[in-house]
Amino acid sequence: MSVIPDGRLADLSPGDFARYSRHLILPEVGLEGQRRLKAARVLVVGTGGLGAPLALYLAAAGVGTLGLIDFDTVETSNLQRQIIHSTRDVDRPKVASARDRVLGINPDARVITHDTRLTSENALEILGGYDIVADGTDNFPTRYLVNDAAVLLGIPVVYGSIFQFEGQASVFYAREGPCYRCLYPAPPPPGLVPSCGEGGVLGVLPGIIGCIQANEVIKLIVGAAARGGETLIGRLLLLDAWRMQFRTLTLEKDPDCPICGARPTIHTLVDYAEFCGLTRATEETPVEEITARELKTRLDRGEPIQLIDIREPHERAIFQFAGAKAIPFGQLMRRKDEFDPDHDAVFICKIGQRSIHAIRALRDAGYAGRMLNLKDGSNAWARDVAPHLPQY
Amino acid sequence: MSITIQIPSALRAFTDRKPEIAVEGKTVREAIGALADAYPDIRPHLFDASGALRAFVNIYVAGKNIRHADGIETVLPDGEILALVPAIAGGAGQ
Repeated sequence: MSVIPDGRLADLSPGDFARYSRHLILPEVGLEGQRRLKAARVLVVGTGGLGAPLALYLAAAGVGTLGLIDFDTVETSNLQRQIIHSTRDVDRPKVASARDRVLGINPDARVITHDTRLTSENALEILGGYDIVADGTDNFPTRYLVNDAAVLLGIPVVYGSIFQFEGQASVFYAREGPCYRCLYPAPPPPGLVPSCGEGGVLGVLPGIIGCIQANEVIKLIVGAAARGGETLIGRLLLLDAWRMQFRTLTLEKDPDCPICGARPTIHTLVDYAEFCGLTRATEETPVEEITARELKTRLDRGEPIQLIDIREPHERAIFQFAGAKAIPFGQLMRRKDEFDPDHDAVFICKIGQRSIHAIRALRDAGYAGRMLNLKDGSNAWARDVAPHLPQY
Repeated sequence: MSITIQIPSALRAFTDRKPEIAVEGKTVREAIGALADAYPDIRPHLFDASGALRAFVNIYVAGKNIRHADGIETVLPDGEILALVPAIAGGAGQ
């Protein structure tokens, strides 16, 4: 069954028949499917790697109302994969840039831009104006927020997620199958799963996964399940793009799910930063920091500081940190005996995030020496101390 | 009992980038324990401080989530493939 009820079918204009002729001659879409597409309202959350192909293909396919939500501006490092934005769009709001491209493809589309961050306060109101949410966000708090708001509103989430060479896609629709919480009842503690900003991502990967999401959105709208098709409701599609392997896993609804189970305990949106552990407990010992300039001063004085570069070998190939001992993040536990607790140890990563988690992990493992985090990582060293080195 | 554990990208930093690791084990607990013994840096990503399996990592055996079988005590036939499927969040922005 389509998520667009029969009473909402939109009339096609004379120009629509030419534009959508390849859909109209597909029996599974046809005139009725195209009228549903025109009536449909789809919210694309995030206009980044996944949101780019999503918005472009949904606009091209004739989705009548497209919502775009993002609070960010276009950066040069986005252009490797976020093909909805162009070089000339750098520093523009992403929703403005995306809106221009969408209207360039389909001037008949009604584009609603939300130049804001999705929060517990605004999510129900924003999502409430749409039939389907396509989730292309890059963080766990927003993913749980989107899931919970969609469950409370009774609308489906077309899910996609990527990391390095790996992608996941599914449709979470609590009325007909499991939700995101059924699959992942709790998020990872902060820092345990690296972000694409630290771990990297193959530029075409969000293109592939975003297109799969667009395909699922269109199928929900035209009602593929009643026309011999199958959606990703109740299934998780996994892609390893490096080995080019697709796998499909079965997802089951969790009868004890706190939001879509038989006896739900969540009835309103919660504080998702807190749920994801981003507001740290105040009793936790903070990690000491050192700025790049302070470190330079201490090194120039000849102080016996241990520099520990926890970046991966391919990152060190971009530039070597002079005088540092290289121990990748993933080997710290095995090699913790190589540190000298009598001297300060400064931990170096790209942006000063992995190093915080490295220090906490070593502290938890019993290392007693003084540990300092190089604030903002090797990028700060390149920016403030050694401008001949690249920031990446 | 030789078991192959499929390591997702997000956890390969802790297995010297290897996508598959062969271990010995008759149950999921034994197989995952053997993996964590061989690669201790992966342990905090699979188990919490109390030793329980983390909620953001799903383990699939023969296409089925072990939560819907016998959990960590699920028995593994010789030659079985065990897939770790952690939550990943990448998509937009950064």
